[in-house]
Amino acid sequence: MKFVRTTTLVVGLLALMGASLAQQGRDGTVTLLYWQAVSILNPYLSGGTKDIYGSSIVLEPLARYAPDGSFIPYLATEIPTQENGGISDDLRSITWTLRDDVVWSDGTPFTSADVVFTGAYCMSDEAGCTARNFFSDIESIEATGDHAVTITFTVAKPFPYAAFVSAESPILQKAQFENCLGVRAQECAAENFGPIGTGPFMVSDFRPNDVVTYEANPLFREADKPAFQTVILKGGGDAASAARAVLETGEADWAWNLQVAPEVLARMEAAGIGQLTSSFGTSVERVLVNFTNVDASLGNDRGEYMGGDNPHPILSDLRVRQALSKAIDREILVEIGYGPTGATTCNIIPAPEIYASTANDDCLVQDIEEANRLLDEAGWERGADGVRAKDGRRFSLLFQTSTNAVRQDFQALIKEWWEELGVEVELRNIDAGVFFGNDPSSPDTYGKFWTDVQMFTSSAAGTDVESYANRWTCAEISGRANQWLGNNQHRWCNTDYDALRQELAQTVDIDARAELIKTLNDMLVQDVAVMPLVHRADVSARSNTLMGTHKQSWDSELWNIADWYRGQ
Amino acid sequence: MLRYLARRLLVAIPTLLAISFIIFAVLDLAPGDPTGNLPLTIPAEVREQVRRSLGADDPFLIKYAKWARQFFVYEPISLFENATGLALPGKENRLRILSWQTRSPVSDLIVQRLPQTLWVVGLAYLLGIVIAIPVGVYSAYRQYSVFDQIGTLVSMIGFSVPTFFTGLLAIIIFSVQLKWLPSIYDTTLVVRDWPSFVQQVKQMIMPVTVLAFFNASQLSRFMRSTMLDNLHQDYARTARSKGLKESVVVLQHVLRNSLIPVVTLIALGIPGVFTGAIITEQIFRVNGLGDLLIRGIYNSDIPLVQTITFMFAVLIVFFNILADVAYGFLDPRIRYD
Repeated sequence: MKFVRTTTLVVGLLALMGASLAQQGRDGTVTLLYWQAVSILNPYLSGGTKDIYGSSIVLEPLARYAPDGSFIPYLATEIPTQENGGISDDLRSITWTLRDDVVWSDGTPFTSADVVFTGAYCMSDEAGCTARNFFSDIESIEATGDHAVTITFTVAKPFPYAAFVSAESPILQKAQFENCLGVRAQECAAENFGPIGTGPFMVSDFRPNDVVTYEANPLFREADKPAFQTVILKGGGDAASAARAVLETGEADWAWNLQVAPEVLARMEAAGIGQLTSSFGTSVERVLVNFTNVDASLGNDRGEYMGGDNPHPILSDLRVRQALSKAIDREILVEIGYGPTGATTCNIIPAPEIYASTANDDCLVQDIEEANRLLDEAGWERGADGVRAKDGRRFSLLFQTSTNAVRQDFQALIKEWWEELGVEVELRNIDAGVFFGNDPSSPDTYGKFWTDVQMFTSSAAGTDVESYANRWTCAEISGRANQWLGNNQHRWCNTDYDALRQELAQTVDIDARAELIKTLNDMLVQDVAVMPLVHRADVSARSNTLMGTHKQSWDSELWNIADWYRGQ
Repeated sequence: MLRYLARRLLVAIPTLLAISFIIFAVLDLAPGDPTGNLPLTIPAEVREQVRRSLGADDPFLIKYAKWARQFFVYEPISLFENATGLALPGKENRLRILSWQTRSPVSDLIVQRLPQTLWVVGLAYLLGIVIAIPVGVYSAYRQYSVFDQIGTLVSMIGFSVPTFFTGLLAIIIFSVQLKWLPSIYDTTLVVRDWPSFVQQVKQMIMPVTVLAFFNASQLSRFMRSTMLDNLHQDYARTARSKGLKESVVVLQHVLRNSLIPVVTLIALGIPGVFTGAIITEQIFRVNGLGDLLIRGIYNSDIPLVQTITFMFAVLIVFFNILADVAYGFLDPRIRYD
């Protein structure tokens, strides 16, 4: 009896010591401010960045991207490669070995069944899974053991790290989501609002589009982490007031995606209680050139590629496109619109570093004179009113983009520069929800692109430049046949490009891949199918007392929240 | 009176059905796409699947019929079930109105948002009335006095300066400079002791004041002008010549008559409390119904927008009837039978 009591005492003491050494939750509460509130915590049903980030501190993938664009294993023991036998020689399968020491926050073990289930969940066509393209070309996902999963592809995949990699494709718990497959996915509000995960935090309270409260996961595999007991992710308001709450009033520790005028941010930062933190991904603000004729009189053929038989009457001439690009002063655009949160670029694929071409850097200098010369050479002559014309056609362009203060500034500047060339420019801006929507009955979507040029920002998913490069292939041309949903909104078609893109899909060697990607980039930019303007950073703000953050653009910015702590 | 009420309520039913159809048609015709705000890295065919899974591509009439059945049949049953804890047969097959953005039943979202909206917007409305009536009465009684002049100036500022400006100004002064009040409204705060009560009051001061100022400005001008109309009426002169005390003349005779149009105005403004204050809620992150509605609109969350807008229509129709009935009580000249 005495022995039992002593043992209990000793065990109790040890537990206490353990707790004081472990110190999970020692730093209290951290408040994150997202001006777009989290709507749902199941990333497979949202696709919105805010929702993916909000779920990324609960749900974990097999591997994440590191800030340098490489991979870090999370729920897997290592990154499968051909060298370690994880990827088969024919590149048609990849085998992930899972950690066997991971438990879900409800105490049940994490096994390969969860991974297989997650694949089935997203690959069901009725589920409306937004990460469906992460699971493309997959023939089967099989558990080859309690802690091993083999994915077999229908084609050779030199880059098989999409499914179950990054914050966009984490693992769901089978036991929790079992009844939410297919059409039922929409009805599982409780599961979608409180997913059980393996990450450092658990959802304790969720109010859609308002606030999420997380508590530290006591079963997290790294015993002394996370340092914070509670995470509050508050949403709503606008970007400027979110920045103010971190940089000026100190009410929050972290503010996400601060698309605010650079001089406003600089003034707030001067208060000295917080600082901006930014990282560059592949986001590029660009002007797209239309290669098809979009004259309304064409009726059904308006904007149709028609195998190249419906060329744009003005922009089909390379010299014209070069002139328009040369007239743009990218440095002024960066200065006015982005400040330190943007950089000039002449590439459509500006990152990661190994993929960035240096062949196009001459675009950085504005050259109105050369631009004028090119237009003269192309036969466009100035008329009495200063506007150029050729064969009775005026050089007049319609320029559309989404409604957004910075974009409207850019439109005005570019209009001014092009007018210096004797080009008549009409501007139009469309509400983002309509412009980026895919409503086939709306004439104003970016997919229909029924104007001459348009401007927006886009990027690759993670570092997967291969599928990004796919959008400029002939097969992706948008038109009536695919309800204007093709990703090649320019209707630019180049068989050499398509062939190189095919080659990329067969190439494994990383350096050879980099060379191919650079060539693809150069083809696009040198043919001026697209005019890259600004390489945009993702900007967040953090309080000076919040330490351990490492913002990145390839994965969730909260990817390492387990390492965050309070310091001086 | 009862027959009148019954007739009005019966007429309200087809009116509301027509309204619901019109709202639905307008929302459906408006351009917009629930997947429009997704990152551009999500390819078009995936967006297509998402839209299909939401039922966004269904023909218009089918969508309307679905919504109407859910709103008029399923939702009341679900509310009944939730209130009583009973489960009626066929519970699994009764699909509730799901918001496209959150996949949550719309009524749950509304219930979640109501408390902060009622507290902030409702309190501001009440406070506005409490301030506006005495100010309006006194301004009218002492027309062109210093009080009236200042009152006019302040209320002119109040309803010509928008709340997004006064709100921002308040934040800059009281949160950024003085650091007295929080600029972020904590919706999870539960009042259970004195410190949490103080915190609740602190976080409500700015949004409530900004809104109350705006409400009071409009109402006090209206109160003043109806008072002025009545002060010079014959019955007021009669009351005075009968030798009644001035306070009785003003507060009992004139005020009561002047209040009739004001009460109507107040009653018709109550539905506005339930839709929240879109701008003020966004500035202070109150995240009430106004915020829910505007975000729904941004994201083309049609079921959500449709339901909130329709509930607003129901409230307007209801309070219109209520205001008409109240007339009958306030004004003896009006009789409905």
